[in-house]
Amino acid sequence: MVPSTNDSQSMNWHRSEASRWLDKGFIGVTGFFGIAVALVLLAIALRVSIDAFPAIQKFGLGFITTSRWNPVENLYGAWPQVYGTIVTSFIALLIAVPIGVGVALFLSEDFLSPRIQRPIVFLVELLAAIPSVVFGLWGIFVLIPLLTPIGKWFHETLGWIPLFNTVPVGPGIYVAGLVLSIMILPIIAAISRDALVAVPLELRQAAYGLGATRWETIFQVILPAAFSGIVGGVMLALGRAMGETMAVTMVIGNANVASPSILAQGSTVSSLLANQFAEASGLQISSLMYAALILFGLTLIVNILAELLVRSVRLKL
Amino acid sequence: MTPNLQTARQTETVFRTENLNIYYGNFLAVKDVSIKIPKHCITAFIGPSGCGKSTVLRCFNRLNDLIKSFHIDGKIYYHDQDLYSSEIDPVEVRRQVGMVFQKPNPFPKSIYDNIAFGPRLLGYKGDMDVLVERSLKQAALWDEVKDKLKESGTAISGGQQQRLCIARAVAVQPDVILMDEPCSALDPISTLKIEDLLQELKEQYTIIIVTHNMQQASRASDFTAFFNVQANDKGQRTGYVVEYDRTEVIFQNPMQEATREYVSGRFG
Ligand SMILES: Nc1ncnc2c1ncn2[C@@H]1O[C@H](COP(=O)(O)OP(=O)(O)OP(=O)(O)O)[C@@H](O)[C@H]1O
Ligand SMILES: [Mg+2]
Repeated sequence: MVPSTNDSQSMNWHRSEASRWLDKGFIGVTGFFGIAVALVLLAIALRVSIDAFPAIQKFGLGFITTSRWNPVENLYGAWPQVYGTIVTSFIALLIAVPIGVGVALFLSEDFLSPRIQRPIVFLVELLAAIPSVVFGLWGIFVLIPLLTPIGKWFHETLGWIPLFNTVPVGPGIYVAGLVLSIMILPIIAAISRDALVAVPLELRQAAYGLGATRWETIFQVILPAAFSGIVGGVMLALGRAMGETMAVTMVIGNANVASPSILAQGSTVSSLLANQFAEASGLQISSLMYAALILFGLTLIVNILAELLVRSVRLKL
Repeated sequence: MTPNLQTARQTETVFRTENLNIYYGNFLAVKDVSIKIPKHCITAFIGPSGCGKSTVLRCFNRLNDLIKSFHIDGKIYYHDQDLYSSEIDPVEVRRQVGMVFQKPNPFPKSIYDNIAFGPRLLGYKGDMDVLVERSLKQAALWDEVKDKLKESGTAISGGQQQRLCIARAVAVQPDVILMDEPCSALDPISTLKIEDLLQELKEQYTIIIVTHNMQQASRASDFTAFFNVQANDKGQRTGYVVEYDRTEVIFQNPMQEATREYVSGRFG
């Protein structure tokens, strides 16, 4: 027998008007914030476009393909910066994606006992919290002295390859790429790990139950199932790499050239903005805005490509 | 020498356990199981929740190895091979002993790739299209999905997903198929379809099925093991086999009073 209770008065089956309104209000508030975020983005894009307009009018698309930055004659072109942005980000991804996904795999499987694993996960996430100026200083004082002899070796032995055909002088594109790779590694590792951990245990059991080994399970079931999450993490990291300013400005050399050699100095759109904005005026500001707009566009294109990639893979799986 | 599980398939008794005790850490989950699973028969495991049916079932394909705290004492023989001897490769065991889970768990891949997954692992060189079709037909799913083999295995109904999982298990032509409450999430029609399927599958495979459905056990199985659970003075609830016999005996004339009460629904 269930003991009879006398507390039916404390139950309220009727939903009060206020609770209903609260529900509606909640939907309204979240909707408002959602739209507000989109509006802020649009407003920034609009403002940048307006400010960039004189430069767009003057240089047109030629701005992207010419390499000059001449405040005396007021002639501007941002090819070295667009090129530098793409190359440094690409180097960063090339290094950080395999390592980051590897770290994520290692920290999502049960290789380690939870007592060791949890602190390591925490440390990896902490890496993302280091301010970028610290990475820049570390790049200058630790990485550059370390990398320059290695760069020289590459130049001497493989100098006939355009990739290494300049003498490294300290700062350079490859240093920037490496610093960026370390900065985005924790983003890729943390988000990929979340995606991997979220793969249902049932899928793992299904694979093991069919006689798959651990590696077959990881590569044929777990990674494909987490693919869209991992791509999401990589995109976030790429956005960070393309927009990163401080650390890159400190180690890239800020030369206005687009050299095929990764040992050469260069610059990125963000480093250009950081270096020039304070003293710029008139058409130069407008040109900087134009460069910023191009960076905006690059990020957008990359994100669209990523979305298409995820979709096509999802269809194939 | 590592034993060859493939040629070991001959004997009439597929699994034999001797005084099998199963532990999760210090917790004795199931004790003293000594049963024989005969070839090309359907053996049902019945019993109240928590009595260790799934635990015993998952010993047969060494899936419990994935749980760190799991260990056994006693013996399990698979066709006279000591299943837990250090020479046995658990991956090889699972290739011989397929499993269908309580919750349908198709891969988020196409229906075709779901079926082809196991054969590809085993390096199957024959005509994959033929194998996929045959497996789907064996699982009574072919007619429903033959026009959408390229579509995702997760985008079909639950009952269809479960039959897809059966087809996936059948595709590698295992020796044994373990089924852990395969019909618990299904409607009566899908359930009957799967039961019919079992009768066809047992021509070729040995089947062990866990079920909470008494009609299903009595209709579909040849042998039935009734498990129960007993609490010791420390409050540990340990499962054990009360009675194991031909299904007619368990359901019509069991030796134990507890069995009679359970199968007639007057349990507890
Ligand atoms: N991974 C695990 N770790 C620790 N204990 C477990 C684990 N899995 C099961 N157990 C315990 O083992 C006992 C048997 O569980 P099992 O899942 O085998 O029961 P069952 O008979 O299949 O029950 P049901 O009918 O509800 O599925 C239970 O007491 C359960 O708490
Ligand atoms: Mg169970």
